[in-house]
Parts: sequence; C-alpha cells; structure tokens
Amino acid sequence: MSTETIDLKTRLITDFYAREAVLNGEASSEYHQKKREGLARFEKLGFPTIRHEEWKYSNVKDLISVSYDFNAESSIGLAELEDLKVPAQEANILYFVNGRYNAGLSTIISPVEKITISSLAEAYKNDPARVSSYFNELTKDADDAFTALNTAFTQDGVFIHIPDNQQVEHPIILRFVSDAREQNVGSQPRNIISVGKNSHVKLAEAFRTLGEQRSFTNVVTEIHVAEEANVQYYKVQNESDNAYHVGTTQVRMLDRSHFYAGTVTLNGKFTRNNLNIVLDGERCDAHMYGLYFPDGSQHVDNHTVADHQKPNSESNELYKGILRDKSKGVFNGKIFVRPDAQKTNAFQSCKNIVLSPDATMNTKPQLEIYADDVKCSHGTTTGQIDEEALFYMRSRGISRPEAMSLLMFAFCADVVSQIKIDSVRDYLENVITQKLASK
Amino acid sequence: MLSINDLRASIEGKEILKGINLEVKPGEVHAIMGPNGSGKSTLASVLAGREEYEVTGGNVVFDGKDILELAPEERAAEGIFLAFQYPVEIPGVTTINFLKTAVNEIRKYRGEVPLDAAQFLKMVREKAKLVSMNDSLLKRALNEGFSGGEKKRNEIFQMAVLEPKLAILDETDSGLDIDALRIVAEGVNSLRSPERATIVVTHYQRLLDYIVPDYVHVLYKGRIVKSGPKELAFELEEKGYDWIKAEVEAVG
Repeated sequence: MSTETIDLKTRLITDFYAREAVLNGEASSEYHQKKREGLARFEKLGFPTIRHEEWKYSNVKDLISVSYDFNAESSIGLAELEDLKVPAQEANILYFVNGRYNAGLSTIISPVEKITISSLAEAYKNDPARVSSYFNELTKDADDAFTALNTAFTQDGVFIHIPDNQQVEHPIILRFVSDAREQNVGSQPRNIISVGKNSHVKLAEAFRTLGEQRSFTNVVTEIHVAEEANVQYYKVQNESDNAYHVGTTQVRMLDRSHFYAGTVTLNGKFTRNNLNIVLDGERCDAHMYGLYFPDGSQHVDNHTVADHQKPNSESNELYKGILRDKSKGVFNGKIFVRPDAQKTNAFQSCKNIVLSPDATMNTKPQLEIYADDVKCSHGTTTGQIDEEALFYMRSRGISRPEAMSLLMFAFCADVVSQIKIDSVRDYLENVITQKLASK
Repeated sequence: MLSINDLRASIEGKEILKGINLEVKPGEVHAIMGPNGSGKSTLASVLAGREEYEVTGGNVVFDGKDILELAPEERAAEGIFLAFQYPVEIPGVTTINFLKTAVNEIRKYRGEVPLDAAQFLKMVREKAKLVSMNDSLLKRALNEGFSGGEKKRNEIFQMAVLEPKLAILDETDSGLDIDALRIVAEGVNSLRSPERATIVVTHYQRLLDYIVPDYVHVLYKGRIVKSGPKELAFELEEKGYDWIKAEVEAVG
C-alpha cells in the first residue's frame, strides 16, 4: 500500500476531464451535464475537514491520503464468493464488483416485464431519458462533497423501477464487492430505486471486501417512495479492516407510504453513513434502525435526518452500538419539523455499550421544530454492561464470557428483529454471534 | 456439606459480616433471621460470589472445596443456587434460552454431554408444573415485566431445573401474597431430599410456616447471636428482635 501523500481532489478532477475528453457527443447529454454540476460542486466544496460541522468527529484525512484505482479490473468468480461465505437464498441478487455490474454472477428472478431491475449503465443505454430524469433528483441540493463526487463519477449501480400496485415477491439483494487483493481500489456506485404507488418491495445492499489492500466505497442511493408504497431497505457492511466507506441514502416519501431502514455496520476501518429521509407526504411513517460494532481502531459514524414536511406523519428511530478497544462511534440524528408539519410524531433513541475505556461514542440529537402541535422525543444512553445482570446469569452457572455474549446479543436483538428479509437476518445473527463470542 | 468458619466480609471498607460460623448438613433446612441491616442478604450474596463484597477473613467449605476461590458460575456448577431477593430483568433473553444455556454450561463444567432441545424441553415442562409456571412466561424475556410473584416463582422454577445441592433463598417471601407464598413454598418443599440442603434467609416467620426449618439462627450486627430449633422463629414472631438485641448488648 502506498503511503505517499497525494492530492486526491486534484487527481479526481483531472480524471474527470480525461474521461470527458473521450465522450464525444455524449458530453452534451443531460446525464453528463448533471455529472458536470456534480464535479463543479465537489470542486467548490472540497473534501471536508473536521472544522466542518457535519464532519466534526469524523476525519477523512487518512481516507484521502492515498490514491485508489477507480477502474480496477477483477477476476472474481464463484470461488471467491465461497470465500466470502455469502448465504444462498431465493432472491434477485445483483453483484457489483469494484462498482461495476457483474452479470455472470447475478441472478434476476422477478418478472422483468413487470418491474425493471438492471444495472444503471444498461438502464441508461436502454432509456437515457428516463434514467437522466431520475438521476440525482433527490440529491441535487445536497451540500455534501462525497455525494457531489459520486454524481460526477457515476458509471454504474442499480436501477430499479417498480410500477404501481406491484408486490415484489422476492427480495432484491445488491452485493457490492471491492476486490482489493492487488491494489487500492475505489468505487462510486449510484443506485436509483423508484417504487410506485401501493407497491411493496424489500431490498438490501451488502458491502464486502476481498483482500487486504485499501478499498474506498463512495455510494449514493436514491429511493423514491410513492403514495402507499411499502419499502424495506437494509444496508449491511461487513468489509475489511482496511475498508473506507462513505455512503448517502436519500429517500423521499409521499402520502401514506411506509419506509423501513436497517443499517448494520459489522466491520470496516472507516464508515460514514448518511441516511436522509424526507417525509414529503401526509400520514406516512419512516423507521430507522441501526447497529454497529466497531473494534480495534475502527470508526463508525451514522448521520440521520428525518425531515417532516407535511402534517400527520411519524418517524421512529433506534440506533444501537457496542464499542470495543480504541474504536470510535458517532451518532448524529436530526429531526426537522417544518411549519406545515402539524401533528408530527417523531421519536429518536441511541443506545450504546462502551466496553473499553479507550473507546469513545459521540452522540448528538438535533431537533429543529417549527410547528407547534407535535410530539417529539429523543434520548441517548452510553453505558457499560449491566453488572447486576451479569452476576445474575453467572449465579446460574453461565460463564462470564457467555453471559456477556448473551447480554450483548439481547442488546442487539431489537434492531436485528426488525430485518424482514429472513436470509439477511439469519446472516446477521450468525455474524453477530461469532463476533460476540470472539472477544 | 457446607461449613462456614469465622467468615468476615466488607463492602466499601465497611465490615458487614464479623465472623460467621455455620454448619449445614445434607437434608437440613436452616433459617437465617434477623432485623434489617444485620447482614442476612450479605451472607447470601457472599456465598453466591457477588464481587462487590470483599471477604476479609475466614473460609467457606462446600463439599470439601473452599468456594471463596471459585467464580460465581463455578459455585453454581458445584451445586450452589441463590434465589435472588430482587431477580434481575434481562430484556432480549428469554427465560427458556437463558436456562438452556445455564443447564448446558453446568453440564459442560461437570464433563457431561449437553442436553438436546427435546430432552431439555421435556425436563423444563415437568419442572414448570411444580411451580405452576405458565408456558408463556418461559418464552418471554427473563423477568421483564413479570409481577413480583412471577419473578419469585421464576426463581424457584430455575432452582427446580438446576437441582442444586444447596439452595439459598434470599427473602423469597418479600412482596408475595399468601397464594404466591404457598406456591413458592410448595416448589421448595418438593425439592427437599436427604441429599439437599436449604438456607432460608427471611425477616419474617411467615415463610417458615410453609418451609419448616430444622434450625433457626438469628443474625445481628454481622454475627449469629442465637441458634435454636424451629420454635425460636415463633418466639421471634411474637416478641420481635428487641430482646435479642438487649441480650447481645448485655453480654457485649
């Protein structure tokens, strides 16, 4: 791994123009113009420093100190997937290796004549106007350098379009694998998901790494939730100790829709997740669950936003973390209640167990309420394992480590039980059990 | 079976037990009574291995082993059981899963093969009947939202499942109405056998109407100041603890 300090920003901007130079006619397309705007925004913002309020506890200095190959080829095949112990399941499974769709590894079983599930690149080839109109719609005002960077460099990802009144029977699993066996690799997937009126879908993004070199994933997912739709969305990160991950999921909900998010960070060197939900409809409900287990010198930062814009909606949030060794955790939960959003119910809770004196957790609830008839609550707790409970279990013959595992597993249970894709939940239960038993 | 010799223990530098001596033989039931703050619960806690207490002197020999050297889980595996005065609520862990782990950890300690799910369930159902424990409670998180009576019943149920050689009941009667008390006592009595012993720690004589002791000891200011047959409990119920205090001060 290279330790030489480089100027990643300049290098990326140079890359952009090099790519643009070979685009020919495509450079004038709406799609590319949006990318250009992304680049301009990135150029203006630059990578954030800890002086930036949103990045106060998460320093990206280390992340941007090396270069990454954003076009790395990969020979990954079924054997490597075996190594990753990816669970078998009956689902639509799409593989993205180093950010690019791998059709050979992927399986799509839902009826494609009814719903569109394809790579973004292919979707653009088939219907540039439709993809362009969705692209960056939800994130166009984002004041975030990484989102802008992703916009500028969007090449691939998933494009899912579900028309009205569809029950998507099989879950959609998006597996992002960084092949960092040979070199530092970077990827910037962009996922666009549009769920029509009264349609139901469950989907998951899973992030893994092969190899020991560095990986940098900068992912942006835009999710449109139409009236009365029901969307279950999970993000599971089980990457290497050398994996850097910055991601934004931007959601817009319309009247009477339901959105459930589960964000679980099992492993990774540096993780920053932004989950921004705009409740742009009446009587809709948004649910956010999160779980993280940093150890060693890992860093996990979850920023969430519930932006209530219309009356009579509800948001409900529960994040939990177990921190060990010298790890750091950050939770920043914003709730906005706009002047029109009367009768809003918004609840937020963040609970942490800090198992080592060298581990730290920073929690910051942020409520901005501009309506007067609302119910909002927030609470954070950070503590150690309950010694009284531990003694109770030991007095029944359960060893200290086993009692610790049981207690920590129980601590995680109310988040894990919210995951409604069985295979994903089983996978999490297995990995969490192993993780808790290993210390 | 159990031999406590000049046991001294303190918490945060304050000595609570000031030289306890007690012999318990298999099959016996000993009641430990005494006014509030005399050290009854401390004694129960020290025997079970609660780490906040520092043992400053003496020893406790159980079946030939000095148990003060053992961790709480090892004491449990050796056959000591403490029924808590305040059973702990543990959200997210079901009673059934908790007990299965406990049973199999103890079996592992003893070099026995773990019970499979079917064997375990069969055994648990039988024991649940002993204390009229409803199946639905077993599937709920341990003690979470249980009433006072349900919690105490759960303690005795756990005791029935773990079959300890020595059971220590710490104020098991506190907070129980008469029906719950009877159920709990029946559970305890059904487990009495010539091989097992019980120590009943209580403030009131009431429980001893149901669990009849062989010996009654009065603990006061960290020492056993009086021992006698079960009739001593009636005397305490009638006269209170003041005459004992007066006796001790007179000698003291």
